[in-house]
Amino acid sequence: MSVIHNCHVTPLSSSSSAFFAQNRLSVVRTQIVSVSHKKAGVCKCVATSPAEQTAYKTNVSRNGNIAKLQAGYLFPEIGRRKAAHMLKYPDAQVISLGIGDTTEPIPDVITSAMAKRALDLSTVEGYSGYGAEQGEKKLRAQLASTFYANLGIEEDDIFVSDGAKSDISRLQVLFGSNVTMAVQDPSYPAYVDSSVIIGQTGQFQKDIEKFANIEYMKCTPENDFFPDLSKVSRTDIIFFCSPNNPTGSAASREQLTALVKFAKDNGSIIIYDSAYAMYVSGDTPKSIFEIPGAKEVAIETASFSKYAGFTGVRLGWTVVPKELKYSDGFPVAKDFNRIVCTGFNGASNIAQAGGIACLSPEGLEAMHEVVGFYKENTKIIVDTFTSLGFKVYGGIHAPYVWVHFPGQSSWDVFSEILEKTHVVTTPGSGFGPAGEGFVRVSAFGHRSNVLEACRRFKELYK
Amino acid sequence: MEEPSDGRRMGGAERRPAEGRSIATVGGGEKKEGNAGGEYGGRWGRRRRWSSPTVLLVFKNTKRKFRYTYMIFPVSYINKIPFYDLQIIKMFKTCAATIRCTKVVRNVNLEKLRHNYLFPEIEARALEHMKKYPDADIIRLGIGDTTEPIPDIITSNMAEYARGLSTRTGYKGYGAEQGNKDLRKAIAESFYKGLGVKDAEVFVSDGAQCDISRLQLLLGSSVSVAVQDPNFPAYMDSSVIIGQTGDFLDETLKYKNIEYMTCGPQNNFFPDLSTASRTDIIFFCSPNNPTGHAASREQLTQLVEFARKNGSIIVYDSAYSVYITDDSPRSIYEIPGARECAIEVSSFSKIAGFTGVRLGWTVVPDELYYANKVPVINDYDRIVCTCFNGASRIAQAGGLACLSSDGFKAVMSVVDYYMENAKILIETFSSLGLVVYGGVNAPYVWVHFPGSRSWDVFSEILTKTHIITVPGSGFGPGGEGCIRVSAFGQRERILEACARLRSVLL
Repeated sequence: MSVIHNCHVTPLSSSSSAFFAQNRLSVVRTQIVSVSHKKAGVCKCVATSPAEQTAYKTNVSRNGNIAKLQAGYLFPEIGRRKAAHMLKYPDAQVISLGIGDTTEPIPDVITSAMAKRALDLSTVEGYSGYGAEQGEKKLRAQLASTFYANLGIEEDDIFVSDGAKSDISRLQVLFGSNVTMAVQDPSYPAYVDSSVIIGQTGQFQKDIEKFANIEYMKCTPENDFFPDLSKVSRTDIIFFCSPNNPTGSAASREQLTALVKFAKDNGSIIIYDSAYAMYVSGDTPKSIFEIPGAKEVAIETASFSKYAGFTGVRLGWTVVPKELKYSDGFPVAKDFNRIVCTGFNGASNIAQAGGIACLSPEGLEAMHEVVGFYKENTKIIVDTFTSLGFKVYGGIHAPYVWVHFPGQSSWDVFSEILEKTHVVTTPGSGFGPAGEGFVRVSAFGHRSNVLEACRRFKELYK
Repeated sequence: MEEPSDGRRMGGAERRPAEGRSIATVGGGEKKEGNAGGEYGGRWGRRRRWSSPTVLLVFKNTKRKFRYTYMIFPVSYINKIPFYDLQIIKMFKTCAATIRCTKVVRNVNLEKLRHNYLFPEIEARALEHMKKYPDADIIRLGIGDTTEPIPDIITSNMAEYARGLSTRTGYKGYGAEQGNKDLRKAIAESFYKGLGVKDAEVFVSDGAQCDISRLQLLLGSSVSVAVQDPNFPAYMDSSVIIGQTGDFLDETLKYKNIEYMTCGPQNNFFPDLSTASRTDIIFFCSPNNPTGHAASREQLTQLVEFARKNGSIIVYDSAYSVYITDDSPRSIYEIPGARECAIEVSSFSKIAGFTGVRLGWTVVPDELYYANKVPVINDYDRIVCTCFNGASRIAQAGGLACLSSDGFKAVMSVVDYYMENAKILIETFSSLGLVVYGGVNAPYVWVHFPGSRSWDVFSEILTKTHIITVPGSGFGPGGEGCIRVSAFGQRERILEACARLRSVLL
């Protein structure tokens, strides 16, 4: 009793009181438990029970960069919410217009090429082992001639990969932790997250919802979704996605010319994400290399995912022009080649066979049809929200519709739509602070589902 | 300032140095053709690349009328260089400063890399040799590339899956980044039976080489690393790239800040852990590439004890475990206590000939914790979700077929075929009086050529027999004096190679 009176017992916080017996006077050892107000990533709660306190742990320090990340990657989080919702309403017909996941089958001409390649691997003549890490020659040549004809991009400027997401991280490894980077705000989360992981950023600043040391270039309806470059600080790397995910806006020739000039003046490198280029209508640029001088300042990354439904097959490419040089004159492509040879071993040969088929005349026609189908979906969604009186952006050059819900929290709108219509969307703030007040509706889905979803929206917002 | 009369002699007013590189060449005004920055020789002929913004200075040599010289120097040098008989008449900002080169500084880690990655280098030498001897019948026993067709049962599964993607019911979009549920389960059950590895601890990938780099991304630049010497170069190279190492030291042929654990016949291919310094991470490959040695249970027990004592994490590469013919452990998790200190990486490449198909996996146990008690698996999952988008579904369908009982039987008969090749190679080299290691638990034969430099032996073998091998020093200084011969190949080619070796090396 006297022991308890005399000693200085600091009030235990609610998080730790459960784990310590009341009379214990031992010093509370700080446990770092990842807890965030949003449902955290894969954070299996690290319960610090007394037994586990004595469990073995290594002496290896956790990578401080990963500790900076606030929550899980955005799309698995959407997936989790959807799964939780389906558990809650097991009979509801949940429609996913959240994650941009393709739904329409891959055209026959492409899958039969992949099937043939698979079967060939069982034959002596047809078997192939390791492929060139940069990709099969035929595919590289076809990519150059299909997408970059007359733009001066050659076969050996092209690096075939297992998708744009992997390429973005490989580009981060290439540039290292000592470069500064700029992103659009809102933007596809992989740019920011990979930048944090590689160590380019400072801590997350909760008040402004931004990572220190990243230049966020606001893109809103007010500035026609193109940043005011006069207000943007110089950074080494500029991530630019057009047609844009999530806003659906496609930059005009004038805007891209300004961007290239900005990069040239600052000696920066643009990483141009053209994953949705095939969705462009009309004269709007599809590749950054349509802008004169871009070869000296830009890398372009692209993907078959949204053209050929290859989201699960995994195939993409990155263009690093020979003319792109570091400040000492060393060609960036040489280093990227080294990264690709060391940290990668080529895209799957079966996927590449599919890619080659995609770029045949028949394959291209088939891809355009699928793209056209999703574009029609997009139009239906645009018309629906417009008719309901919402301000709607995007939806012309991209399969995403960016709907404005002024004055509301995008996660709240997301939850309300999910709860009341059983339709999954994506909250704008998941893409950056300037996405707050917006919701992204993706147009990937079976026509019947898209029509049904729109009917439900009309019900909810009539 | 007046313009010089002969525009061509200027060598640069209208024509910027072609490559945009600021190369300071100094010399007289005669030769100006072509690549003004690069090819220009001149009196001094000194060439240098500057990393800071530069200017092109045009001088009039006051001693000789109408003689113009140009130099490219960093801006900061202008006031420092004594230009005695040269009068600066024009200064141009070179393209290097603003137009042709960016201002982005090259990643210093990539500068540290001493050589090209080993295997493209071998390939380049092979191509060179083919050009020199266009009629030569080259036998490739270099890069460990599988040669035998994939069993039907597996490819037909992949073909069916691919065709299914054209149907409404069979089409699937994005898969889980961690891999297909069934495949994760099958991997846990096939390779880790009774070892407590759960489905959720298995992360399916597009191959071990990619996983190694993802693990480096996970671990970051501040950890210290140990590798075996010799070892599969991806561990070292990825370590350099992520920034864990210092410079390459010419004296020792090692990167600073990596702990090299020598593995040779003298220590039964297992490092003397009593003299090894503590590092955060220990890369360990068994059966070993390139030496072919499979660590024994005693050795691995020592390794796990060492890691636990030091609080280190072992990254255990078990890509060749199916090649083990004796009772050497096939997984690090056969050793008690390994779940708390080891990650295991593996691959379908050498199991099923999937070198081009691309499929592998990494096991991160639940009980593996950082010093601050954060589970490593949480962070690895985050990396996988952010930097990767899953292995190709078609490849995964193939993986599942591999792990069916018929599929596994079929791939193991191909493994046996390669091991038969290895036996033939061992016999051949032994009969030539050479000491041979490996080839019993791995498809690599490690041949000792005492007193010789491995690149010399490589070249000699290539020139005299048109056989490509891999010089041991490519795997680290501990590989010097040895050659790695891969047992992947068609039987006739292996026999032909052996015949040639016998005729030449006898």
